[in-house]
Amino acid sequence: MTTASPADTAAHESVATPVSTSVTSGASDRWAWGLVAVGIIIPLLGYVVPDIVSDYRLFLMSTMMIYAIAVLGLNLLTGFNGQISLGHGAFYGVGAYTAAILMDKVGMPYWTLLPIVAVVCFVIGFLFGLPALRLEGIYLALATFALALAVPQMLKYRWLEDLTGGVQGIVLLKPEPPFGLPLSEDQWLYYYCLIVMVILYWAAANLLRGRSGRAMMAIRDHSMAASTMGIDVARYKTITFGISAAYTGVAGALSASAIAFVAPDSFGFFLSISLLIGLVVGGVASLAGSVIGGIFTVLVQNSSQSLSNFVKSDLGLPFDLSPYSVYGILLIVLMYVMPTGIAGGVAIAWRRLRR
Amino acid sequence: MSVTRRSFVGGISASATVLASGSSLAKGKYDFGASDTEIKIGHTNPYSGPASAYGVIGKAIEAYWKAVNDQGGINGRKITFISRDDGYSPPKMVEVVRQLVEQEKVLCLFNTLGTPTNTAIHKYMNARKVPHLFLATGASKWGKPKEFPWTMGWQPDYHTEGVIFARHILANVKDPKIAVLMQNDDYGKDYYEGFREGLGKSVDQIVKHVTYEVTDPTVDSQIIQLKDSGANAFFNITTPKFAAQAIRKAADIGWKPAHYLNNVSASVAAVMKPAGFENGQGIITAQYLKDPTDKQWDNADDMKTWRAWMAKYNPGGNTADGFNIFGYAVAYTMHKTLEQCGDDLTRANVMKQAANLKKLNVPLLLPGITVNTSPTDFYPIQSVSLQRFKGETWELFGDVMSNEGA
Repeated sequence: MTTASPADTAAHESVATPVSTSVTSGASDRWAWGLVAVGIIIPLLGYVVPDIVSDYRLFLMSTMMIYAIAVLGLNLLTGFNGQISLGHGAFYGVGAYTAAILMDKVGMPYWTLLPIVAVVCFVIGFLFGLPALRLEGIYLALATFALALAVPQMLKYRWLEDLTGGVQGIVLLKPEPPFGLPLSEDQWLYYYCLIVMVILYWAAANLLRGRSGRAMMAIRDHSMAASTMGIDVARYKTITFGISAAYTGVAGALSASAIAFVAPDSFGFFLSISLLIGLVVGGVASLAGSVIGGIFTVLVQNSSQSLSNFVKSDLGLPFDLSPYSVYGILLIVLMYVMPTGIAGGVAIAWRRLRR
Repeated sequence: MSVTRRSFVGGISASATVLASGSSLAKGKYDFGASDTEIKIGHTNPYSGPASAYGVIGKAIEAYWKAVNDQGGINGRKITFISRDDGYSPPKMVEVVRQLVEQEKVLCLFNTLGTPTNTAIHKYMNARKVPHLFLATGASKWGKPKEFPWTMGWQPDYHTEGVIFARHILANVKDPKIAVLMQNDDYGKDYYEGFREGLGKSVDQIVKHVTYEVTDPTVDSQIIQLKDSGANAFFNITTPKFAAQAIRKAADIGWKPAHYLNNVSASVAAVMKPAGFENGQGIITAQYLKDPTDKQWDNADDMKTWRAWMAKYNPGGNTADGFNIFGYAVAYTMHKTLEQCGDDLTRANVMKQAANLKKLNVPLLLPGITVNTSPTDFYPIQSVSLQRFKGETWELFGDVMSNEGA
C-alpha cells in the first residue's frame, strides 16, 4: 500500500534535511551557543546606545521569544510527529490563564509557575491526544480547530467566572527583577524569556536526538512501518501531544507575565493561525526554524502596517493596500521562494554556496 | 564598532538640538510629542479582526484632523495623527501602544477603543504618566481620577445611564414592579449596578432579575420567566441581537410592561426593524448623539457642517453610520482641549485642560447636552435624552436627564 505520492516523499525528504544538520552536527551547536551569547549581550548594549536598544524593542524581542517557544511546541507535534493542529492557541490560552489564576488567586510568585503550567498543559494535551488518536490529518486539524474556537468561550463561562474574571479578564503585576538586580522590567523580562527559551530549546534538541525523537519522526514518515518496528504509536502520539501542549502553554504563561493582563479576546482563533504560519514560514521540522518563525510572526505583523503606510504615503501609489494584504502578499512570495520555510531555504542556499 | 560610535554621536547631537530648541527658541512649554510646529497624537482602532466594524471611527477621526490641518492646525501647530491597528486583541494593544509611547513619543493617546484592550494598558499609561483620553468604551472604570489620574472616558457610561432609567421609572410608573434582563458580563453589570443605585431605597421593587450569556441562542425562556413574575416595568440590558429577540418575544406572549431599552441597542436598523415596528411601539431608550438618519436634524447647523465635512474629507464614509458622528464629535472634544492648552503642551497640562471643560458645546450632541469635567469629575458626558419609539423612528421627549456631578 502506498499512501504517499512521490511528490509527498520528496517534500518529506526536503523538509527533513534541515533536521539532520541542525540537530546532530557540532558546528550548528557552536552556532547556537554563539547566538545565545549575542542574546545575552543585546540588553547590555542599551547602556551604550539607548535609542537603538530601547525598552520597547527589548519587549518586542521578548514577545518574539515567547512566540518562538509556542511555535517550537507546535513544531514538535506537526513538524516532527506529523499531527496537524489548528488549535494551539487554545493551549497557549490555557497556559496563560493557569499562570494568571495561580498568581492572582493563589498569590504564587511568577517564577514558580512554569513547571505547574507545563504539567497542567501536558495533562490537558495528553487527554486531548487520546481521542485525537482516532483522527488523522485534516480530521485532527478540524478537531483542534474546534478546540481553538471553544476555549475563549469557555473562559467566559458563568461557572468559571470567579476564577477567570469572565470577559473582564485578570490584571496582573509585571515581573520584578530578582535579587535587586539593577535591570529594568523589560530587561529582566527579556532575560527571563531567554533563559526559558534556551532551556526548552535544549530539551527539545535532546529529545529529538534520542530514541524517542527518532520514533516520533518514524511515526510521521510512515506510521505503519513504525509500528511494525515495535514503536508504540499510540503512546508516542499522545505523549507528543502532551509535550507540545506543555511547550505552548509555557509560552502562554510567559505572555501573561509580559502583558500583565489576560482576557478571552487575547486568545482568539487568529492566534492559532499565526502560530501555524510561524511554523510553516520558519521551517517545518526544524528547531532553528521555530525561532525564525517566532521572530517572523511578530516582526511581519508589525511591519506590514508600516509597509502599507509606506506604500500609501511615501510611494504615493493610488491604491490603499491594507496591512493584511501586505501580509498576505509577503506570505505568498515567501512560500514561492522558500517552500520549505526560511530555515530550509537558508540551508539549501548554504549548501549551494559551498558546492 | 564604527556603527555604534556613529549612532552614539548622532544620538548626542540629536539630543543637543532638542535641548537647544527646548531652551532658547521655543515659544511654549513642551513634553515629548509637541513642538512649535507639531502635535503628535497616538490612536489605536481595530481595523482588522472581529470588531473591525469600529474601524470606521478611526477613519473619521483621521479625516477630522486633516480638516483641522487644512485650516491651519491648532494654535499654529499641525496635528500628526498616528493610528495603529490593535485587532481588538489586548496583547497586540500593549505592543502598539508601547510603540506609540516609547518609539513615536506621542504627546497623548486618544480614543483607544474597547474595554479589554484599554484595561490591558490602563496601568501602563498611568505609570508612564501619558494622557489616555476620551476612550471609546462605556465602562464606568475610566473615570477614577484618584487611582488613575491619566485616564478619562468620554461617552455617557453605562452606570450613569442605568441611574437615569431608574429615576425615570420611579417618577413615571405607578407602583412599579421591575423585571431586569441582563447580559452576563461587565457591560451588563455596569448597567445593573447603576440601575440599583438609581432606585436607591426602592431597590426591592426589582421583582425578577435574569441573565443570559452572549453564547445563548435565544432569550425566549428568560422573557417567559420575566412575564410570570407579574412585573409592570422592564429594563432591557441587551446587545442588538438579543434586544430584537426580547422585544419580539414579549409581544408574542402578550407581555406589555413599560419597556426601557439600553442605548447600546437603540438602533432602528439593527434592533427595531428586525423586532417588528408594531412590537416596539412605546419603548423608551436613551441617546446623546444625533442620529444621521433622523430627518428632524436635517436643517441643524452642525448636521449641515458635518455633511459638508463628510463629502469633502471622508467621501468613502457612510453618511447613515452613527460611528462617523461619534468620531467627529469626540475628535472635536480633543481639538478644543488642545486649543485650551495654548502654548503649554506638557502632558500634565493636557490632562489639566481635559479636566477643565466647562459646558463645552460639542457639535452633534443632542440639544442641551454639554461636555463637563473637573479634577474630580472624569466623566465628560453624563446626560442623555430619553426617546420613545413611535411609528418607524425614535421621538425625543422630556428634558435632558442628567447624572452630572454624581
